[in-house]
Amino acid sequence: MKKKMFLSLLSLVLIMGLLVGCGNGGGADNSNNKGEDGIKVGINYELTGGVASYGQSSVDGIMMAFDEINAAGGINGKQIIPVKIDNKSESAEATSVATKLMTQEGVVLALGPATSGNFMAIVPVAQQNKTPILSSSSTADVGVTTDKEGKVYDYAFRLCFNDSFQGVTMANFALNNLDAKKAVIIKDTSSDYGKGLAENFKATFENAGGQIVAEEGYVKNDKDFNAVLTGIKGKDFDVIFIPGYYEEAGLIIKQARDLEMDVPILGADGFDAPELLDLAGEEALNNVYYSNHYSSLDEDPLVKDFIAKYNEKYNTEPNAFNALGYDLGRWAADAIKRAGSEDTAAITKALAETKGFEGVTGTFDMDENHNPVKSIVVIGLENGVQATSVKVDPK
Amino acid sequence: MDQLLQQIVNGISLGSIYALIALGYTMVYGIIKLINFAHGDVYMVGAYVGFFVTTYTGLGFIPALIISMAACAVLGMTIEKVAYKPLRNSSRIAVLITAIGVSLLLEYIMMYFVGAKVKSYPNLLSGNVFKIGKIIIKTQQIYIVLTALVLMVILQYVVNKTKVGKAMRAVSADKDAAQLMGIKVDSTISFTFAIGSALAGAGGVLVGVYYNSIDPLMGMMPGLKAFVAAVFGGIGSIPGAMIGGLSIGMLETLVSGYGNSMYRDAAVFAFLILILILKPSGLLGKNTKEKV
Repeated sequence: MKKKMFLSLLSLVLIMGLLVGCGNGGGADNSNNKGEDGIKVGINYELTGGVASYGQSSVDGIMMAFDEINAAGGINGKQIIPVKIDNKSESAEATSVATKLMTQEGVVLALGPATSGNFMAIVPVAQQNKTPILSSSSTADVGVTTDKEGKVYDYAFRLCFNDSFQGVTMANFALNNLDAKKAVIIKDTSSDYGKGLAENFKATFENAGGQIVAEEGYVKNDKDFNAVLTGIKGKDFDVIFIPGYYEEAGLIIKQARDLEMDVPILGADGFDAPELLDLAGEEALNNVYYSNHYSSLDEDPLVKDFIAKYNEKYNTEPNAFNALGYDLGRWAADAIKRAGSEDTAAITKALAETKGFEGVTGTFDMDENHNPVKSIVVIGLENGVQATSVKVDPK
Repeated sequence: MDQLLQQIVNGISLGSIYALIALGYTMVYGIIKLINFAHGDVYMVGAYVGFFVTTYTGLGFIPALIISMAACAVLGMTIEKVAYKPLRNSSRIAVLITAIGVSLLLEYIMMYFVGAKVKSYPNLLSGNVFKIGKIIIKTQQIYIVLTALVLMVILQYVVNKTKVGKAMRAVSADKDAAQLMGIKVDSTISFTFAIGSALAGAGGVLVGVYYNSIDPLMGMMPGLKAFVAAVFGGIGSIPGAMIGGLSIGMLETLVSGYGNSMYRDAAVFAFLILILILKPSGLLGKNTKEKV
């Protein structure tokens, strides 16, 4: 008897949970919906979950762009209405959010998600609904704007350069700016990001006559790199390239410097986080260079203006994700304006035809694969702070 | 040669941490025949306790170590009371599954409160280095090895020379007979969990100080490796856990230093399979017949 009662109670609770779940699922945040006279833009980002910091940073930038545009009268007299839904950092959730935005909310285009994996998941939805999707930070080489055969997806666009460009740039930087002839690679073998960067770095470096002395690997959450570093210490090399994220890169840098290895250490945009300084410590972060989308040292008035405005609005220094998000918001608005209508086909065409768009993260044209042709910044650290920045133009 | 000596230094400091965690595994197994998979996460909680104590109260290394050990001892006893004690007469597999559940529970509760991002420890010990020839030894490495040694000596003393230790050995040998002899089995088991968890907590603080990076999932890999260490040394044997820990640390270091760093984890677990095939009772394990 007791058991039966427990069971029925349990099923009651489960059903209630389901109902409540449905109710919440519909909670799109379009609070500033002022009548029908606006342009709905979807925001499908990681606001909670594992990579929430990327999503949240991007959305902060996007909202700042939209607020500015709306304050200045909107697009062709119409206000932008952002429809913001959290995809919980999960690709399945991102797909259903994309479907909801396109079929129920009727957005003219959708921004996000931030990571390559989640963005790839929603590409089929965009293709099916013929609604453009834009990413500010999905850097994977394959699958974001083109499929495996290299055929471009009609409705997927991005505003950031891809991983191979970063690998190539860092190899050229090592060869030309640091006069390196021999390099060691310590790569994150648990991510496509690390493996892709390592491949491109290696190919470029070796083609130009350089030599990869050793190629070591690690996996996410590793903490001890002393053995690997001691192993390569006896070898003769000029630079260490670490394609990976700051969590491990910070520890590798610290442990390498503790073992008195003073060679330049190179990385990519995975280094761009304030935590790198906490993990490695100031003394270790000398002679460290990484490629990034934007540098706060940039003297461009557009960048200075952005930093000042961002500081005023959010009371903190903008990072690369904020800057990319800001550019993404402005670029989307620019394309809608140029399209002159809210027709998704016209907007898609306007996006593909972007020429000379001036963003905080660089001026770019769209190429035939829906990738931007833009410059990259190589940042040099001294005592943990950005001290130098070199712009490298695409070839 | 210099490189080999340097690798030995690296291996010993890494191995000492594995040994501290392996001790907890082995003690708990010895007394209630349970592989406590939540043990790696107790170590993680220990690292966070140390982090909060040093960051928010500004206490130094030794007080942080002691507070963290005390907190983990309480946590270990609580886990035992809440999750394992009600299952004492159930099948061993039920307790094992509960242990995995407790492990996930601890990981995600921690993630809920502190987030998934890595945190870095404040600088507690000087970053000075000693140089003997070309070999570099960090002060932190000396602290790790010394702390581990001191704790192990204390543990050996407690187990072999005190009354509680005698009770632990008795319960381990035969629980029912021990109870008949008037030994308080429950409190002895509780005490074992407390000691094992305190050692894991110490390991957590040492890792936090040494590597300067902690996160809610940091206990998974070291937990598994310490388990391998405990099996290698002979599960249930305290000196075995120490030897096992040091051996696994050394094995890992040599594989990534001289072999291929990508095969490091594979080598450790291949080693586990080898031990289980060749000498399942481990180096110092008692070759007892299974009582059915």
